[in-house]
Amino acid sequence: MKLSILVNEGPYTHQSADSAYQFTKAALEKGVEIFRVFFYHDGVNNGTRLTVPPQDDRNIQKNWSELAEQYKLDLVVCIAAAQRRGILDEGEAKRHGKGDGAANIAPGFRISGLGQLIEAGIEADRLVVFGD
Amino acid sequence: MSQVKKFLYVNRKAPYGTIYALESLEVVLIGAAFDQDVSLAFIDDGVFQLAKGQDTKGLGVKNFSPTYRALGDYGVTKLYVEKEALAERGLSEDDLMPVTYEDENDGFAEKPSLIFVDRAEMARVMAEQDVILSF
Repeated sequence: MKLSILVNEGPYTHQSADSAYQFTKAALEKGVEIFRVFFYHDGVNNGTRLTVPPQDDRNIQKNWSELAEQYKLDLVVCIAAAQRRGILDEGEAKRHGKGDGAANIAPGFRISGLGQLIEAGIEADRLVVFGD
Repeated sequence: MSQVKKFLYVNRKAPYGTIYALESLEVVLIGAAFDQDVSLAFIDDGVFQLAKGQDTKGLGVKNFSPTYRALGDYGVTKLYVEKEALAERGLSEDDLMPVTYEDENDGFAEKPSLIFVDRAEMARVMAEQDVILSF
């Protein structure tokens, strides 16, 4: 079984951001292959390195980054949704003249197009959507 | 990626107030380039996305409703609309904008894209799909 995951809601606002992470982690621990995790709508906010949650709370972005490193997980943030919400990688920050150091994409995440979501639907046996 | 899958985009939210409808449409337009078997479903408040005469001037938000009428040009020709969702909101089929496509297999005759189905039929449409994206 090969899964793709779609995350449509932002961290600390909506349960589906946490549920998506917990589901993905549990699937990986059971040996299920995850083709890709795609972040869309406010879900792109899971991929900013600038979040600083209280120390006694979970760090959702860091959790994803660590999962990506451990399992070589492909975490893709939608470029159109990301630009609206101020999530940039180095290339995008430069292209839009946002200055040095403006890139805030978190480690393990990459920014790409919506085609990656369609491909995730085609390539996986199931696309699991976490949203409102 | 030579295989063709059945993709269904389920639209459940009103067109304005949240960004789901607009960003759903953006996926549909990009996805059209992948030559998959695409359908759209409109249920719950999603039926308002197809309402006739949308005017967003007072909102200061772009009126993106004309895009639905262009879907036929992208090869997206099956828009399933749930009858109960319309009725529960006091809407009839006449309150929706006409969405049509030109059938290239039938001399480019103009045909309606909106398919009105009841809740049970919508469930069957969903059951036939390979990939369902819910917005």
